[in-house]
Amino acid sequence: MSNAALPGDLAGHHDHAAHDERGFLTTYIFSTDHKVIGIQFLFSTLIFMVLGGLLAMAVRWQLAFPWRDMPWVGPRMFSPTGGQISPEFYTMLFTMHASVMIFFVVIPMLAGAFGNFTIPLMIGAPDMAFPKLNMMSYWFMWPAFILMLCSFGVEGGAAAAGWTSYPPLSSVRSAAPGSLDGQTLWLLSLLFVGMSSLMGSINYITTIVNMRAPGMHFFRMPMTVWSLFITAILQAFALPVLTAALIMQTLDRVLGTSFFIPEGLVVQNISAGAGGGRALLWQHLFWFYSHPAVYIMILPAMGIVSDVIATFSRKPLFGYRPMVYSIAGIAGLGFIVWAHHMFVSGMDPTLAMGFMVATMLIALPSAVKTFNWLGTLWGADIKFTAAMLNAIAFVSMFVIGGLSGLFMAATPVDIHIHDTYFIVGHIHYVLFTGSIFAVFAGIYYWFPKMFGRTMNEFWGKVHFVVMFIAANVTFFPMHILGVGGMPRRYAAYESARLEPFHDLNVLITMGAFTLGVVQIVFFLNFVYSLFFGPRADRNPWHANTLEWTAPSPPPHGNFDVTPVVYRGPYEFASPEVPEDYLPQTRKLDGGGAAPGH
Amino acid sequence: MNKLWSLVFLPVPILCVALFAMAPGKGWWLPDNVSTFGSRVDDLFNLILGIVTVAFVATEGILIYCLYRYAGRGQRALFVHTNHSLELWWTLIPAGILVFIALYQFKTWRDIKVQGKFPADVAQKLSRDEPDVEVLAGQFEWRIRYPGKDGKIGTLDDVISLNDLHVPVNTNFVLRLRSRDVLHSFFLPNFRVKQDAVPGMTIPVWFQGTKEGTFDLFCAELCGWGHYKMRGRIIVQSKASYDAWLEESYEEQERDMAAVKTVAQTKTEVPQ
Repeated sequence: MSNAALPGDLAGHHDHAAHDERGFLTTYIFSTDHKVIGIQFLFSTLIFMVLGGLLAMAVRWQLAFPWRDMPWVGPRMFSPTGGQISPEFYTMLFTMHASVMIFFVVIPMLAGAFGNFTIPLMIGAPDMAFPKLNMMSYWFMWPAFILMLCSFGVEGGAAAAGWTSYPPLSSVRSAAPGSLDGQTLWLLSLLFVGMSSLMGSINYITTIVNMRAPGMHFFRMPMTVWSLFITAILQAFALPVLTAALIMQTLDRVLGTSFFIPEGLVVQNISAGAGGGRALLWQHLFWFYSHPAVYIMILPAMGIVSDVIATFSRKPLFGYRPMVYSIAGIAGLGFIVWAHHMFVSGMDPTLAMGFMVATMLIALPSAVKTFNWLGTLWGADIKFTAAMLNAIAFVSMFVIGGLSGLFMAATPVDIHIHDTYFIVGHIHYVLFTGSIFAVFAGIYYWFPKMFGRTMNEFWGKVHFVVMFIAANVTFFPMHILGVGGMPRRYAAYESARLEPFHDLNVLITMGAFTLGVVQIVFFLNFVYSLFFGPRADRNPWHANTLEWTAPSPPPHGNFDVTPVVYRGPYEFASPEVPEDYLPQTRKLDGGGAAPGH
Repeated sequence: MNKLWSLVFLPVPILCVALFAMAPGKGWWLPDNVSTFGSRVDDLFNLILGIVTVAFVATEGILIYCLYRYAGRGQRALFVHTNHSLELWWTLIPAGILVFIALYQFKTWRDIKVQGKFPADVAQKLSRDEPDVEVLAGQFEWRIRYPGKDGKIGTLDDVISLNDLHVPVNTNFVLRLRSRDVLHSFFLPNFRVKQDAVPGMTIPVWFQGTKEGTFDLFCAELCGWGHYKMRGRIIVQSKASYDAWLEESYEEQERDMAAVKTVAQTKTEVPQ
């Protein structure tokens, strides 16, 4: 065994359910085990990713082939009207694509799935501090799932005011078909998601503060744990504001209050009620949460990527402390940049200058992180596994997403590119080629620990290469469209000046479809490996962090004996041992030569 | 084989730079600028593009070099944890550049958007509450109101134009932006002008066209199913032809109004 030095190693212990007496229902469905909850989050979010992806492909169909019948799907969905996408359906498509991807995929995938699975294992705890609260946080997602899915079937269809849901379009029922009951269901659904996240974040903070194994000082925690810790704090402070805003908009819609509706508003010849509110108030409240939410969607990804890069570089993570401080810096500055979404919103333009400086500064910790990843790769011994390729893609693409942000942060330049495809390109570079590549890196990396089997490397690499090319074909030309002044959220571009951009739109759509289709490779690899993948031992990647000292998959309660931590998480290539890794739990006597094996 | 993997990452930066390099030639670039401050916005855009291109090529270059050089060399990696002076420099230099970029934007932004810094004639028109035009956005049209003979907007003799905004060339033009129903955004790509129209707020916008012609007016804030159709035109014309157009529209409207008044009179007479 390669793990001879691990404490209490139980050779060949794979039968993870054998030792506990819980029934099937409490083990796999209503489980309080953080690993099962993490996997439940993972499966749920992967399913919603399929839905979100299909919505995106429908959007792209319309943009490349405006008003043409959707092949096969169209006639089945809109048989009485032919197979084309109507403009009101188009607004629903992009609204629901973003809502599903942000609230049901990226956030619950990073915080819910990876947060739950990794935190107790990486800090050496048997479970979360509040296992029942943890279970509740997962089950609060279900009303959200159901409400969101139901909203497609109500009169007027699903919400259609964009994922930002700006009033009065969202809050006045006569403003759009989707602003009938679809919008109310959208609001209720997000309230459940918010409560789920809040429960999760309280649990993560408590667990990390109180339940670290002996010797696991804060500055010995892996970056994944650090990033999830800071993300949880960010969520705990930002979410109440969104919750309040969602409740206010719900009240505006169902009880006739006017938080966001100004006086004397008449929409489509129907009075919008008493009025006296402010439309801009929603934008402030929404972005006070949703800008930090952008970091909630990228910080855990950065943590995962740091762990994967260090492991497969076989080299200590460069600048561990600057990396931690950068995450904290991003989180802190993240609270004072929200109005950069509102430079041309009608907010006092003088205020915009302060927000511009803060926004420029938030690029700094991101730059520091990128340099430290490069520093990690310098002088490394790189192993190109599927996980590593996805992690490197994150670094390489995050650079684009970060640098394109500078254009928007600069207020005069933002006047031109705001609400154009430049923004769409930017957010997809951060959230797709950033967060989603990190998610795939995390899945390939922790799959052996989650399920005790390894995913197929060859098909993992095929999936990666196609996805990497397709993602760039899809998202990079969007910058050009934005520079050309092509507004976002248009169902069709009927201006003569935008005619030359049509070829690019067709190219983007081909990229998007490739991106969708190649996920079948991932799906088959995932499902096949779940049942037939080669068995993994405890530490297949020869990594240092605590989760690799537990059996694969870890039993209920995780560790055979409580691990004791002697050093930081990234002691690769240490001269103290002959192997190129040195687990956190391995005790070396007096710094002398360690026993080899 | 290992080294080959590093080359997977190489085409992306090359193609990205190539796409930006070829874009202007294919007509995929900033729309022709026809406003006074537009070229200042473009200069700032190009400045950031320059800085970003250098940073991008350098970062991707180092990344791909590392991947190629250190791919599975079977040799133990360096055992280093950090380097203080390196950390210091790669924090301070980008910080300096970022602060410079931010401060460098201030003047242009103020001149375009901050009311206290507007040109004198613009400020004067605003303080007298006599803008050149009022633009009222609504689902899914731009209703544009010019003052009639009384020089005031909001009176019965206003000249109303739908979706066509006429402006005189080489003159500071001031408009008052309002919305009738939901959020809209007044976007003139060729002028580098964008301003949301917010119900319940009146927001001043100014610009000066430098070239005669007809250009796009887009709505840039989602306003419902017809958002994509909410397009208008801005027609920049010589002062003389602008005045002539305004005069002609006024006359035409007066004639129509006269007809309406007659009809109204006859209708009220009928029941008696």
